Amino acid sequence: MIRRLLAVLHARNLEFVRDRGTLLFTLLLPIMLVVGMGFVFGGPERPLFKVGVVTPRIDRQANAFLSERYVEFVAEPDEPGGLYKVTHQQIDLLLSLGPPLRYWVNTDSPKGYIVEKLLLAADPQAHREVVAGAAVRYVDWLFPGILGMNMMFSCLFGVGYVVVRYRKSGFLKRLHATPLSAFEFLGAQVLSRLSLILFVTAVLYLGIGTIIRFHSAGNMALLLLVAVLSALSMVALGLTIAARFSSEELVGGLLNVLTWPMMLLSGIWFSLEGSPRWVQWIAHVFPLTHTLDAARAVMLDGAGIRQIAPNLLYLALTALAFLAFGAWSFRWRID
Amino acid sequence: MNQPILEVRDLVKQYPATTAVAGVSFSVPEGICFGLLGPNGAGKTTTIEIMEGILPPTSGEVRYRGEPLGVRFREQAGILFQKTALQDFLTVRQSIALFRGLYATGLDVEEVIRLCALEKLANRDSRKLSGGQQQRLLLAISLVNDPAILFLDEPTTGLDPQARRSFWELVESIKARRKTIILSTHYMEEAELLCDEIAIMDRGQLLAMGSPHKLLHEHFAEVMLELPRQAFTPAARALKLSVIEAAERVEISTHDVEGTLRQLLEAQVPLAQLRIRPANLEDLFLELTGKELRP
Repeated sequence: MIRRLLAVLHARNLEFVRDRGTLLFTLLLPIMLVVGMGFVFGGPERPLFKVGVVTPRIDRQANAFLSERYVEFVAEPDEPGGLYKVTHQQIDLLLSLGPPLRYWVNTDSPKGYIVEKLLLAADPQAHREVVAGAAVRYVDWLFPGILGMNMMFSCLFGVGYVVVRYRKSGFLKRLHATPLSAFEFLGAQVLSRLSLILFVTAVLYLGIGTIIRFHSAGNMALLLLVAVLSALSMVALGLTIAARFSSEELVGGLLNVLTWPMMLLSGIWFSLEGSPRWVQWIAHVFPLTHTLDAARAVMLDGAGIRQIAPNLLYLALTALAFLAFGAWSFRWRID
Repeated sequence: MNQPILEVRDLVKQYPATTAVAGVSFSVPEGICFGLLGPNGAGKTTTIEIMEGILPPTSGEVRYRGEPLGVRFREQAGILFQKTALQDFLTVRQSIALFRGLYATGLDVEEVIRLCALEKLANRDSRKLSGGQQQRLLLAISLVNDPAILFLDEPTTGLDPQARRSFWELVESIKARRKTIILSTHYMEEAELLCDEIAIMDRGQLLAMGSPHKLLHEHFAEVMLELPRQAFTPAARALKLSVIEAAERVEISTHDVEGTLRQLLEAQVPLAQLRIRPANLEDLFLELTGKELRP
């Protein structure tokens, strides 16, 4: 079994590496995206203080400080969400109107220091609490999203189209005439794509990480585990889609139906925080959402395995479910 | 009596709109080349694909060495489909090595390359081969497991005459190794040259089976007189002769060559382009199916 699996794996790897156009595109697209997005969003910040207020709606009459000029006040629906933002310097200060009036300031934030002076001038009785944490630039927040998006496309289209092409050309039918089983064939495809994706993702991580001076807060082995489970889940999803069809157009359409919602709702470009509950519910069906939640938790917050265990479990279970369904519904030939 | 290597029993393949195979039974002794002949749509590719274990039958069964087709059969069968694509970006040697890796036992990759005269092409991208070279590669792939039984489904269709002859030589060298070969073909010359036994199919049914010599002897005690169609005058048509009219020629089968020639001369048929030959498989095919074998 291992011998047959390795034979197919080796041949598939050779095919991928020698297909220079595809290989180059796989590497270049995410680099171009990150450089472009970094250029657009990574520029100087607007010269404005941003203060979060734990309230459903800002009422400027509630406190004199809320009338300050050059300060943008944003409503934070809950305290933990606001604390996360002040910790990562996405806001300069978090205010809870109380009573008593409380505020949280990040001691590592220069802008937090200044806006605190403004607050105390307006209300010297305000109760101070501190948090600490480095700023998260948008490009840092975007980085896991770009890696995840590249993985998603590579997993779904790379595997889906390849299997359909094999079936359409009759190559699968020829393989069916050998002792190779469907499980061995699918296993080889999964391992081939998994190893290629991990390699490409590692190259992108190092290359882009160097360009944007990114430093992961978390454990790299844990990040690798996230990448492996995520790639397994999405490769298996691609195989499920390609398991029985022989039309590239149909499979291309089905893959688009999957990838576009994932692109928009999995949190690649922006956080889904504050979006309607049903949108978040749909988003959490997608493996990519769990990938990005786990990857951002590790890369930006230094989360450990316990914090991301639900995401890892979801990715592992979906990988198994998709692979089992793919093997069950697999067709070697055009019916 | 030795057990046949392959037995086909009451094979039926039913599709929603048609019956491709309608109750076919035969057996193939070990070590022979068995030819399956039939016009387009006769059901021979469906039959051969069921025999290969690629297509499930609606009913009936195929047994290999007395057992249903299983792992043993897959390990010991070599298959060359009518149409096959290989994996892109692999050389000839790598394509052969890929398939060699799928079998527990078999020939060395270099030995297969030598056997199919692919030495000079071994490092060439398999997509850049000519039709004849491609068929040699596909034959090489079907030999990697040193098969006991080899299926060749119309292996020379579309090849030029030189490539076809070169392929026949390869098949003869495989025959010499005492391999069982199941060959489907449109080419009578191919069947006559390579096959020890043939089965003729039409409309999903078996019409005749046996050695080419035996079948010709059973169906034709006569010799064939062949004339261009335009030479066959209306007066000749009025004669009481056994005539088969093909697209461009007329064939008369007769026991009495001299008597028939006299009749034709009396009907003022020009004999300048007359050919006299013994009956061949093509005649047998026409006799049994009423159709020309090649489309």
